[in-house]
Amino acid sequence: MFECFRQRFAALKTRADVHSLRIVRQRSEQAMVRRGVAEPPTLGMDMGAMLSVRVAGVEAYAATADLSPAGLQRALDKAEELARQIARYALVDQSRLAAPHSSADYRSPGLEQPFPSLAERLELLAEESARIPADPRLVNWNLYLDSQRHEQLYLNSAGAEQWQDLRFTYPGISVTAFDGSDSQTRSFGGYGSGQQGGTEVLQRLGFGGAAARVADEALQLLMAPNTPSEITDLLLMPDQMMLQIHESIGHPLELDRILGDERNYAGTSFIELSDFGRYQYGSPLLNISFDPGIPEELASYSHDDDGQPARKEILIKDGKLLRPLGGALSQQRSGLPGVANSRASSWNRAPIDRMANLNLEPGDQSLAQLIGGIERGVLMSTNRSWSIDDARNKFQFGCEWGRLIEDGELRGVVKNPNYRGISAQFWRNLAAVGDARTFEVHGTPYCGKGEPNQVVRVGHASPACVFRQVEVFGGVQ
Amino acid sequence: MADAESRFTALAESLKANLQAGEDFSLWYSAEESEFIRFNRAQVRQAGHVTQGSGRLRLIRDDRSAEIAIALSGDLDSDRQHLAEGLVQLRLVICQLQPDPYLQLERSAWHRRSVDEAALPDSASVLAGINEAANGLDLVGIYAAGPLYRGFANSFGAYGWHTAHCFNFDWSLFHANHQAVKADYAGARWDADEFANRFDNARRQLEYLGRPVRHLHPGDYRAYLAPAALDEVLGMLSWTGFSARALANKESPLQRLQDGSAHLSPLLNLDEQVAGALAPAFGPEGAPRSDVPLVRDGKLTGQLVYPRSAREYGLQANCADANEATQSLVMGAGTLPLDNVLERLGNGLYIGNLWYLNWSDLPAARMTGMTRFATFWVEDGQIQAPVDTMRFDDSLFNLLGDQLEELTQERQLRLSSSTYGERQTWSALLPGALVGKLKLTL
Repeated sequence: MFECFRQRFAALKTRADVHSLRIVRQRSEQAMVRRGVAEPPTLGMDMGAMLSVRVAGVEAYAATADLSPAGLQRALDKAEELARQIARYALVDQSRLAAPHSSADYRSPGLEQPFPSLAERLELLAEESARIPADPRLVNWNLYLDSQRHEQLYLNSAGAEQWQDLRFTYPGISVTAFDGSDSQTRSFGGYGSGQQGGTEVLQRLGFGGAAARVADEALQLLMAPNTPSEITDLLLMPDQMMLQIHESIGHPLELDRILGDERNYAGTSFIELSDFGRYQYGSPLLNISFDPGIPEELASYSHDDDGQPARKEILIKDGKLLRPLGGALSQQRSGLPGVANSRASSWNRAPIDRMANLNLEPGDQSLAQLIGGIERGVLMSTNRSWSIDDARNKFQFGCEWGRLIEDGELRGVVKNPNYRGISAQFWRNLAAVGDARTFEVHGTPYCGKGEPNQVVRVGHASPACVFRQVEVFGGVQ
Repeated sequence: MADAESRFTALAESLKANLQAGEDFSLWYSAEESEFIRFNRAQVRQAGHVTQGSGRLRLIRDDRSAEIAIALSGDLDSDRQHLAEGLVQLRLVICQLQPDPYLQLERSAWHRRSVDEAALPDSASVLAGINEAANGLDLVGIYAAGPLYRGFANSFGAYGWHTAHCFNFDWSLFHANHQAVKADYAGARWDADEFANRFDNARRQLEYLGRPVRHLHPGDYRAYLAPAALDEVLGMLSWTGFSARALANKESPLQRLQDGSAHLSPLLNLDEQVAGALAPAFGPEGAPRSDVPLVRDGKLTGQLVYPRSAREYGLQANCADANEATQSLVMGAGTLPLDNVLERLGNGLYIGNLWYLNWSDLPAARMTGMTRFATFWVEDGQIQAPVDTMRFDDSLFNLLGDQLEELTQERQLRLSSSTYGERQTWSALLPGALVGKLKLTL
């Protein structure tokens, strides 16, 4: 059905120097079983277009769900009118920015494989739900399987024609246990572990049979002591490393934050333009990549939403900061190299610098070696709380699951594991990095940023990592 | 979308005509035309116009239901067709479902209509006004403006329509030392004098921010939370705090308030209040919204009950939507005159805003977050210096419990500037709060 838009785009009339059309269709299905009962399913069908123009170096956009030839022309006219209206106030002269002209056809893995019907998904969820034991302390349990299909066609007046067809799958389980005073929630997968792909995502994550273990761990947490308050070693598993990378490396490296665009909302950065190429971000074990090439990771794509081709780039090498997260426009504004990460949440929001896939490269230690190298510390897994300052420096994060480590061995479970630190110091205490066997792909569809606000999918893959001298603590009780 | 209401009515009629025997439907309509102008360094960073609409169509048959959200273009014929296709899709889904034991329908044929015909300013004159005011200053923020439309109709004869024309200019002024003050101006009619007044207030605070920054050590501090800061605290609380489902499932931060093992200050009174809010007086679940007293004299007196929760937990539904979060929260005023805040604070922190709050121990209602924008160190009732960004980590049962000393007489209406997905209509009417101890940790 997207074929007609090539003709409609070609027929548009404008006096703009450059113009583009980005048309997006997003379809979604949410299936959930809560406490053994299927919730009413929710479907989504969203489709619309963003028309962008550049007039004398000034860019403006108009978005519409009216995809008729007349509707698209009206939106293009509106964008052009707006570009002329704001010209005298414009911050950025984009006249030197070359319009992309490459073509692409990118598809998620497994698109050709059939996806289970809604009835089959509800049956699978009900089967898994039935594995939750009948324990009166288990007061709530949700099992869900959400799927999204994102199709996008980008066309511009320089001849670019880029098609992307992506499928995302989010299987999740959450169980809450209550003992009359305290409650503890343990989860699996969900919106922190989404991946591109279809049914293979369920197998890859190990969804089948997970519910009983999740319920058991919720009960273990209920009976566990609080995490002790101390300065100690911290072993973060990949499903928490994801959040740690996201908040205290990803956001600070976004060029639009450093350039000040986000100061009124998402915030700024403790990193300055002059830090690239010289700042020691972390220990020599820290290697961070922007990698759109891991097929199952949530933000793998061939081109960003401004039409720029995406490829893997190393942002931090051996602890030294090399390259920011900035798309073509931010690269021009800053004079720095960047990556293809100009992205929008949908057709009704304009692209801005986003994180996409930001990964920590594997090291050389097995999980047993990571644990064996800790005399006293805490293992933390599965993020449940996140908070960081607007410059992305002072953070406090909390996890669902904690285990004490003593004399190189895992000990008892502890609840309410929290830790806090300062980004500028924390990564310098990175003491050991897990090998490829500890490397896991995670990601969330809910990274919020921008004015107007938008949420986008981001992927984070990481091995388990050990940090020295971290302030850890538990809950109130 | 000048005739958005007539189009909505026509869509609802066409759905009704397409129903088969034994079927019912509801349609929630949400649309907007928005001008977004984004500023950085007092110049326009990004500008655009968005016309969007969506219909949330729910089909009910044989004790089963399913829902689909469909983008609407504004073209009546095209939208009729999309909704008709959605109806067919829902029939295919429903036949795969088991009967729903918690399905609860609101069958009354209520009517609500609210149409605000306010004339919004043209963006050219707003741009000129902002440009003039911000001359020489480092301003960053966003201006969002345009009509919002919300509608509800169902096969039981209920009908709601809401049109609001509004703007929201949400901005910050930055000092060269990176300290900043945040301000906003929202409403239906742009008053140049009112804007100038708000801008001048922000500019005056900017002068204080130029003083050398005070670095604090972790510890307990006496503090005043301005309404914007309190808004962040209550916004976090309102996410699940009053949800009937979360309370029943022990996933609410107020579960210990409910069971009596923790307490809030008797100064505290909270209501979900429909009148005076930007949000429509009806919701997507098929009933007019009603006022709900949530907290009286520190005691939990109400909760927000979605119809499905009502059926599951044996409660009375009160028009909450599926999230069971507040939309228009009102906190009762106190007795402290705003002019006396610094004097009563004495030595401590004046906190203009908080940021990025989250639970560090949810059952204990312990939350953490950061200071942000216009936070000052005060001595002997006088502002001394801006304070470096600090983290707090404390329980609500302290902050709004034993440690809550006074609330201000004056309250501020906070209109949401959130634009996730669409321009939001949440609001909160809040005083400022003087607390004896706030625990700073980093």
